Amino acid sequence: MSLRNIGIVYRKELTEALRDRRTVITSVVVPLVLFPLLSVGFGAMISNIVNKTKEQTPKVMIIGGEDSPGVVRSLRATPKIEIAPATPDWKNLVVEKEVPAVVEIPAGFDKSVADQKELAVNIYNYSGDLKSEIAAGKVDTALKAYRDSVVKDRLEARSMPVAILTPFEVKQHNVAPPEKSGAALFFGGFIAYIVVFLCLNGGMHPAIDLTAGEKERGTMETILSSPISRAHLVFGKFLLVLTTALATAALSVISMGISFALAASFRATTAQAGDEGMNMHIGLGAALSVFIMAIPLAVLFSSVLLMIASFAKSYKEAQSYVVPLIFIVIIPAIAAMLPGVDLNAKLALVPILNVSLLCKELVIGTYHWNFIVIIFTSTCAYAAVALFLAVKMFQRESVLFRS
Amino acid sequence: MIEARSLSKRFHDKKRGEIRAVDNVSFVARPGQIYGLLGANGAGKTTTLRMLATILEPTDGTAIVQGFDVVESPEKVRASVGFLSTATALYPRLTSQEMVEYFGRLNGLDEPTLKKRVDEIFDRLDMNSFRDRRCDKLSTGMKQKTSIARTLVHDPPVMIFDEPTLGLDIMTARSIISFIRECRDRGKTVIFSTHVMSEVEKLCDVIGIIQGGKLLAEGSLSQLRAQCGEEDLEEIFVKLVAPHYTSSEAV
Repeated sequence: MSLRNIGIVYRKELTEALRDRRTVITSVVVPLVLFPLLSVGFGAMISNIVNKTKEQTPKVMIIGGEDSPGVVRSLRATPKIEIAPATPDWKNLVVEKEVPAVVEIPAGFDKSVADQKELAVNIYNYSGDLKSEIAAGKVDTALKAYRDSVVKDRLEARSMPVAILTPFEVKQHNVAPPEKSGAALFFGGFIAYIVVFLCLNGGMHPAIDLTAGEKERGTMETILSSPISRAHLVFGKFLLVLTTALATAALSVISMGISFALAASFRATTAQAGDEGMNMHIGLGAALSVFIMAIPLAVLFSSVLLMIASFAKSYKEAQSYVVPLIFIVIIPAIAAMLPGVDLNAKLALVPILNVSLLCKELVIGTYHWNFIVIIFTSTCAYAAVALFLAVKMFQRESVLFRS
Repeated sequence: MIEARSLSKRFHDKKRGEIRAVDNVSFVARPGQIYGLLGANGAGKTTTLRMLATILEPTDGTAIVQGFDVVESPEKVRASVGFLSTATALYPRLTSQEMVEYFGRLNGLDEPTLKKRVDEIFDRLDMNSFRDRRCDKLSTGMKQKTSIARTLVHDPPVMIFDEPTLGLDIMTARSIISFIRECRDRGKTVIFSTHVMSEVEKLCDVIGIIQGGKLLAEGSLSQLRAQCGEEDLEEIFVKLVAPHYTSSEAV
């Protein structure tokens, strides 16, 4: 093993990579500029939509209730809803999202309440439509308040205290530190997903360019005629792919940390207090540990990418092999974001999923040292196998001179 | 000095089965001489030269290049060889000088020696005007000069040229030819392959005629003329090759 030779190849590949617009765009520009813009912009857009919808006064149609002024009055008194005149095609209007919610009051409702008989009030809404659900929620709250007032009246009529209905209170207290709430866990999973994805994405173009790209440009034969051994050549190339993969991941974590911190401070100055906004922030320690766990993963990705790409004859062929790999990598990374998927001894051995799950925990500041050791070593083992196979692949004539 | 000893290379092809690209080829190329491998397309020239340059490993047999066995110490063989073919392209994003320096370093030159060598070669080949220009911005002639500089940077005693003039315009091709001659005059062992008769007539001290992976005849031009009773090299070539030439290979 000659470090000098590997270093020569690495330095040359680095020089070329830094002059390659595509590498610079995917590894530097995308994580530093595009990605924070997208994530923060998208977040801002969603919260904007939710806030707007909440502030709107949705239309609610009341069907029936001509003989029940009591309940209608209580509905009309509800703040921030607008009562629309009843029309016979109300059901269609809900389906077509013209009217977000419709309340159907059965005939003789007030009378049956007075007689203490049971009758149902129906609310019709379009499930899944934000506007409709908010409207239905408001109507539901109004009706329940009205029901409570009826109960209260009945109790008072019998001169019983209202407290009879609630012999005891049940209270939930969240003692999880805010940075370990469900929202924070999801955010942790999201960070892990981004790191995993960008790690792969960052290594992809150089891996193809340095293998299939060389075959296509005819430089492969040139370099093979130099005295360097093929193993040294692959190691030099591998180190460059690893560098871009890690640089992409590191830059994206840094830029996300900064952009979320900026977004948080922006929210703090503008938005109202008590906003349930996610605790979106990464500590320096968490970022560093995520990055350390990303190293063996990046080694694994770089080796697999090199192995696959060196088999291809041309850049395009390599791309068609590598694109399916994106899905193979993304699915476990997405699975790690799902609530309820937590680390256990078995999952700690599943490549990619294990690192994603661990990163999720690391972001919220939990360190399961036994899992960290298992995951780090198993990923290193997978990475070593992949690197070994990549070197073997590169030494096969049938692969280097495929025609 | 190159000594091919029963060099053979077999490939496996899914459709055609086993292909004997090079079949039991033996010859000797001596220092200060130009050995020309003459053959049609697909005759086995490239595969033979690639084995000599250790880019491919022989299936059987071996070759001794400058005292080193191509199978046992391929890295030492490569360090004594300068290999140039139309397929050996340049790295587009490196400058002409960086390209030459890269190969100098890979050949184990230390920085002071490398600087001296590079300056010397760039002066000799008159390349200083495009020293810092990226290879993808060079003209064909400049590219060719850079390639030559790349093969010369470690001053190898053996030069292997695989169809070096293929696809080049006359002026560039001529400069390559004169470069090959210069290599011989400096006492290097030179082997080159071509299917252009005039190049062989002009350059070669020894001619090997290859077809179907087999070396059919070998000798100086006058020896081949005597052997075949023909004056024109093209006639000699056709006379030797025709019995071995199958229509499937012509495609």
